[in-house]
Amino acid sequence: MNQTRSPARIDFDTPAMRRKRRWRASMDRFTRWYVLVGGLAVLAAITLIFFYLAYVVLPLFKGATLTADAVQAPAAWVQQAGAPLALSVEEQNEVGMQVTPAGDVVFFRIKDGAELSRQALPIPPGTQVVSVARDLVRPVLALGLSNGRALLVRHIYKSTYPENKRVIVPQVDYPYGPTPVVVDPEGRALEHLSLTAGEGELTLAASNASELLVFKLTSTEDMLTGETTLEQQRVDLPRLSQTVQALHLDPRGQWLYVINGRSAADVFDLRDRTLNGHYKLIDDAHNQVTVTAQLLGGISLLVGDAKGGISQWFMARGKDGEPQLQRIRNFQLKDAPITQIVAEQRRKGFLALDEKGTLGIFHSTAGRTVLTEKVADGNGYLALSPRANHILLERNSQLINFTLDNPHPEISWSALWSKVWYENYEKPSYVWQSTSASNDSEPKLSLAPLTFGTLKAAFYAMLLAAPLAVAAAVYTAYFMAPRMRRKVKPVIELMEALPTVILGFFAGLFLAPYVEGHLPGIFSLLLLVPIGIVLAGFLWSRLPESIRFRLPDGWESLLLIPVVLLTGWFALSMSPHLETWWFNGDMRLWLHEHHITYDQRNALIVGLAMGFAIIPNIFSIAEDAIFSVPRSLTYGSLALGATPWQTLTRVVILTASPGIFSALMIGLGRAVGETMIVLMATGNTPIMNANIFEGMRTLAANVAVEMPESEVGGTHYRVLFLAALVLLSFTFVMNTLAEMIRHRLRKKYASL
Amino acid sequence: MNNFVKQDSLKQWFKSGAPGIWLSGGAVAIAVIMTIGLITLIAVRGLAHFWPSDIVEARYAVPGAAPRMIMGEVVQVEDVPRERLKSAGLPVAEEGSTLMSRELIKLGNRELYGSDFVWIVGEWLQEQKAPKGIIVLERREWGNFYGYLVNVKEAGKVVAEGEAALPEMRERLKRIDSLASRISRIEKVEISSVNHEIEQLRLQARSLELNERLDAAAQADLAAERSELDARYHDLETQLNALRQEFDRDSLTLRDATGQETEIRLGNVVHAYQPNAMSTFQKLGFYFAKLWEFLSSDPREANTEGGVFPAIFGTVIMTLIMAVIVTPFGVIAAIYLREYAKQGFMTRLIRIAVNNLAGVPAIVYGVFGLGFFVYVLGGSIDQLFFRASLPAPTFGTPGLLWASLTLAILAVPVVIVATEEGLARIPRSVREGSLALGATQAETLWRVVLPMASPAMMTGLILAIARAAGEVAPLMLVGVVKLAPTLPVNLNYPYLHLDQKIMHLGFHIFDVGFQSPNVEAARPLVYATALLLVLVIAALNLSAVAIRNRLREKYRAIDN
Repeated sequence: MNQTRSPARIDFDTPAMRRKRRWRASMDRFTRWYVLVGGLAVLAAITLIFFYLAYVVLPLFKGATLTADAVQAPAAWVQQAGAPLALSVEEQNEVGMQVTPAGDVVFFRIKDGAELSRQALPIPPGTQVVSVARDLVRPVLALGLSNGRALLVRHIYKSTYPENKRVIVPQVDYPYGPTPVVVDPEGRALEHLSLTAGEGELTLAASNASELLVFKLTSTEDMLTGETTLEQQRVDLPRLSQTVQALHLDPRGQWLYVINGRSAADVFDLRDRTLNGHYKLIDDAHNQVTVTAQLLGGISLLVGDAKGGISQWFMARGKDGEPQLQRIRNFQLKDAPITQIVAEQRRKGFLALDEKGTLGIFHSTAGRTVLTEKVADGNGYLALSPRANHILLERNSQLINFTLDNPHPEISWSALWSKVWYENYEKPSYVWQSTSASNDSEPKLSLAPLTFGTLKAAFYAMLLAAPLAVAAAVYTAYFMAPRMRRKVKPVIELMEALPTVILGFFAGLFLAPYVEGHLPGIFSLLLLVPIGIVLAGFLWSRLPESIRFRLPDGWESLLLIPVVLLTGWFALSMSPHLETWWFNGDMRLWLHEHHITYDQRNALIVGLAMGFAIIPNIFSIAEDAIFSVPRSLTYGSLALGATPWQTLTRVVILTASPGIFSALMIGLGRAVGETMIVLMATGNTPIMNANIFEGMRTLAANVAVEMPESEVGGTHYRVLFLAALVLLSFTFVMNTLAEMIRHRLRKKYASL
Repeated sequence: MNNFVKQDSLKQWFKSGAPGIWLSGGAVAIAVIMTIGLITLIAVRGLAHFWPSDIVEARYAVPGAAPRMIMGEVVQVEDVPRERLKSAGLPVAEEGSTLMSRELIKLGNRELYGSDFVWIVGEWLQEQKAPKGIIVLERREWGNFYGYLVNVKEAGKVVAEGEAALPEMRERLKRIDSLASRISRIEKVEISSVNHEIEQLRLQARSLELNERLDAAAQADLAAERSELDARYHDLETQLNALRQEFDRDSLTLRDATGQETEIRLGNVVHAYQPNAMSTFQKLGFYFAKLWEFLSSDPREANTEGGVFPAIFGTVIMTLIMAVIVTPFGVIAAIYLREYAKQGFMTRLIRIAVNNLAGVPAIVYGVFGLGFFVYVLGGSIDQLFFRASLPAPTFGTPGLLWASLTLAILAVPVVIVATEEGLARIPRSVREGSLALGATQAETLWRVVLPMASPAMMTGLILAIARAAGEVAPLMLVGVVKLAPTLPVNLNYPYLHLDQKIMHLGFHIFDVGFQSPNVEAARPLVYATALLLVLVIAALNLSAVAIRNRLREKYRAIDN
């Protein structure tokens, strides 16, 4: 500074320097862009989670779309054939089949309606086909003839791959022989027919006016000769008083539903051959049943009426404990009479067509009307492909093709969150059962029991964690000596760092069996430890000052460690004695006698383990909030003569209460999303009750268990994504609220 | 503070609020006891697993039944009320003390008794003793065997009996050990590399076919290579068969507690020792050998025995890859937020969102990882680069890369938050000084700000690693399995196999503890694994804390 000599001039404007400056400037720009793009990309990637989950979930709530394929010139054979007796589409939507009134089976190409092959059925001359019945899933048809016989026909499609191109060859065969079997020995026409086919056996029900005929047919193949022998077994049923409208057989072989008169159904028990009851299907005297059908699995009956209504019925135990045909739910198409109901072959959905040509697509379990659309100017005849993605409509000797895209009909708000009356259940209930042994049973995707389980687990965890963590935070922030504080905080941080899988394994493998064996001890522990602490405090205050003053203020916790250990040990070692005195030596048995279910891995265990996991979360935020209460407030209060405890309860906690509240919210958010602890410490049964001795299944644990097995893109997969989205949104909202509260609190502190 | 209150009545004491202070102090005590207690319990149980405890032999006399001899290791002793034993259907006498002792004994010899653990009533044990001659065989299959050594056989002929049997067996066990390591070398290294080459050849042929360049010449080439590899494979297999025959040559005869003699192939024996005859010093030596085996060897018997080396390796490699991905991205995002973005409502919103993402349940990240990384990204990668091996997926299935990426996205908020905090701590004056001296913003960032913030980044990274290493739920969906056949790093090109599934310590705990067929036998191993995981994570966290404290010290100087 003292130097007066001016420095040698440095030329900053040489070409080299200029180059260097340009280089530096471009590097600066480059860094700016790099950081901008990189930073935004990372932030975008994080937010992508939310959008991706929503993107996967969204299709669940989209409706179906129906697109008509280009109308083709009607094929000649269709015009000659007349109204079809039966119409069907095979698996790949390539080949269709029609049974003509003349008794021919015609296979045709779906794409252009061209005839592929034709086979005349072996119907004796002079007889007509008067009724047709088909199995719900198997490609077996029964044709009821005017001479009291029935012909059983199977249509099969074989795929071959000459030159790597699929060719489907349709065929007809007669699994029960080409001669029609005798159903009515008296030779009366089989006006109505119902059929259920199994492996090598089938049951047929037929009627003539008010006469019922039911018989079982078993076909056994001789292993050596390859000959098949048929065995018949008849079931005799009483005569009805009214004309039969339709017959429906239960595939399990128990019930026969006979729709008769205008709107009545008689249900017969085929096992003990009695009438179960006579039920009125429609109360309205001006209305009547127009068509009935069975849903996949054959348990539910769908009844369409003359005013466009469709109702679902099945047998469920009534008030008297006996099975009764009960109305489950209703659907409404338009107001024209329903003419046809077609059930899907893979799901519990169905299609309905009315007289004015309106098509309705419904799903029974979800109670959902997926789509209603006018497809023709009047009545027609519908066929649905096995995968429910193609509809064939015959009207006025013309075939119309529709492509149906209906991926997730089984999901609706009510199916996810309300009580649903499932088949084989006695009453509407909340059930989560995503997979089942048989294909016929409906997936039960109610999120209610899972949400309930999540909240139950979080509730019991909070019950333990909230008082402990807040009390500990209050003490640490307000009473504890700084030196001890420095020792305690790392312990709590260690507690926070413990992996949850360790807490879960500890809870499941150690705590669960231990608690089961020491139940009275655990409950007396909850009672005795607080009493012991207060007692120890009181006794301490009785001690002479010479001893008391050796322990400075703010070190009470240290003194209490042996006290807690001692009372804990005492309570647990008293457990077997308590059990002997009060519970006859076996508390589990005692609970059982008082009708309380006890699972080894239950909500109590989850509460303990998850409580442990969230204590540090609540603690550190609450402690922070209490610790940052301005000292001036507490000094003021103390100076005015308040005791430390009064200052704490009337000044400090009141000021810090938003912070404590946000700590509790964050704790709750953590408890809701915790996976491993719940997975390991409960039995993971999706039940809905608040019993502390029973387990639960939470949303998060459910995702962890079922996600690897779910089919990509399927309904189950998307519902699991929905569960994840619910978790994400819940914790996000909770955390944001907590963060906002804390932000306001910090501003308040700053202003004080 | 409560000590102002002198000797006053109980009522006054309550009025002063002292119980509240004591109760809240008790809460701290309880939290501390819970944490320390849990870790101590895991440590004690986990470490005790490797100790060769004494084997007892006793007569077990259930009232009303013929007494039988049992031999085994006492695993657990507890007192239960007499009534509970009675309601469990045991013939307990009506009179007597209210409590009875119940013991869990590991009987071993699973092939003879069906299950290797049994609960017995302690009062019914008679003549307990621990004879020195009892030998414990740890086997590759069927768990432990407890009994007395009768003789050693070679190819069915007795070669040593009585006193001489023990040294003979030890000698022959050494031979078995060396054979076992040769067999495992051939199986795991040589045959696996031949298999790998054969698979590569198949993929080469398939990709030529896809590109329509598989002509006669190429086919002949491939066939020649294939036949050479087949010959090598055949050769190795012959060697292996010869070794296996050697391996099965010797056998032992043992007598169990009931006097029944059983022949056991020596090849099935991993360790043989006499715990009752060992001195404390020998036991210590054995203890550390077992501990080392636990850390360094592969699991046996559906993961319930042996070591956890593949799980340690999997955890480490996954966490490392995660760290490599997460650091640059987290740091860039933090620099953007703190140094470049205009501070305002948007940045505050982003900051809150990033903070909250750290609190989003881990399983949600798992779902995202499975849906987006595995099925969308992995599926497209397979379509583009691995057409040859389709329909078998390469990256379109859970694996190491996706597990690491999922963890990275889970841990990136931690890094962002920590780095931002570090950047915020650097005083404005430092930056302004640098800019005033003519440095550009990039130069200030690179030369001044980042070096000063580097400890914060380290803290963030370590915390991220600690979080990632302890997380299990998302990994169950994106690439961790109970038993991976090979390590993700091996001698076959490209050495690091990002598409492979891995084992993981945390998942190992869940799987062995909850899904294993023999939970009782696996329990001590689960404790040991848990202890290992706790130690790793505690070490990571403590180092983060240490770095953070040093950092604070350093900047206190600047602040003043």
